[in-house]
Amino acid sequence: MSYKEEICEQHSPNLSALRYAFPKTAPVMAGYLVLGAAYGILMSGNGHGIWWPLLISVFVYAGSLQYLGITFFVALVNPWYAFFMSLMLNARHLFYGISMLDKYREAGKLKPYLIFALTDETFSVLCNEEPPKDIPKYMVYFFVSLLDHFYWVAGTFLGAIAGSMITFNTAGMDFALTALFVVIFVDQWKSGKGHWSAVTGIVASVICLKIFGSSGFIVPAMILILGIITSAYYREKRKEKQS
Amino acid sequence: MNQEMISYLLIVISMVAATVITRFLPFIMFPAGKETPPYIAYLGKTLPYATIGLLVVYCLKGVSFQSYPYGLSEALSVVLIVILHHIKGNSLLSIGAGTAFYMILTQLIFR
Repeated sequence: MSYKEEICEQHSPNLSALRYAFPKTAPVMAGYLVLGAAYGILMSGNGHGIWWPLLISVFVYAGSLQYLGITFFVALVNPWYAFFMSLMLNARHLFYGISMLDKYREAGKLKPYLIFALTDETFSVLCNEEPPKDIPKYMVYFFVSLLDHFYWVAGTFLGAIAGSMITFNTAGMDFALTALFVVIFVDQWKSGKGHWSAVTGIVASVICLKIFGSSGFIVPAMILILGIITSAYYREKRKEKQS
Repeated sequence: MNQEMISYLLIVISMVAATVITRFLPFIMFPAGKETPPYIAYLGKTLPYATIGLLVVYCLKGVSFQSYPYGLSEALSVVLIVILHHIKGNSLLSIGAGTAFYMILTQLIFR
């Protein structure tokens, strides 16, 4: 065996994980490069250069919060205000965490990073993901998380330095993220499980959107979803007791 | 560092803190060593489905059905994605075709 082959052999489980993970992240790549670039353009356009948007994209790494954060910078808000607004907007992360408790349980050293990098998009790619047995699954989760993080930072960087050079019309490209969520919704539906929960998610969100408007419906929608799922849990438990 | 820089930095630190708290809290409250309470385990099994539904609505929250083009770009694109994905089941194809279709609709047709 040549030296080169030996290297390949040694690294093959991780390499196979990377090979498996990359295509899964392609739709996120499209969405993140565009949304990240738009963020970079907006920040540098407001006179915050390259370093602030880069710093924020690396360490905050939360798309919708970063867009809201542009208004924090413009108004130079009180940090406590920024903190509580961020908590509200990020409350949906609690759902992702609870959903991933089992999945990330044995992730060991990779666990802190996997949790840190659990964005909407990474969650949506990984929540249904079961890699084949011969591929180390935590490495797959890690590479999906890392690649997504990289796309976001790269997009921000490109937007911040080259905002004015974009020549073709990219309007609507960010629809890739909506498309990704719709595709995952269909995948979950086809799996035959969780139909009532999926319908609950849509109906509760639409009702709260109508009542509370687009800027404040997330938290009420989460409370309504939790309430409905909790009542279903107690109904099931009561049934189990009776039988 | 001047005062403005420090104010920006404090805002960034607040955003990082809030994000880290919301992402880590469930894992801190229900650590791997202990058994997760059955109610939380039940939530873990059912919530992902509802959450994706919430995210779909979240993405489409800005669509207006009252003014031209009456949400048609989004509605037609979502229908295309659902049908395509139901038949072919290829994520990249569904997302690529759906996004391209949406871009054509918004840039060329419903201008």
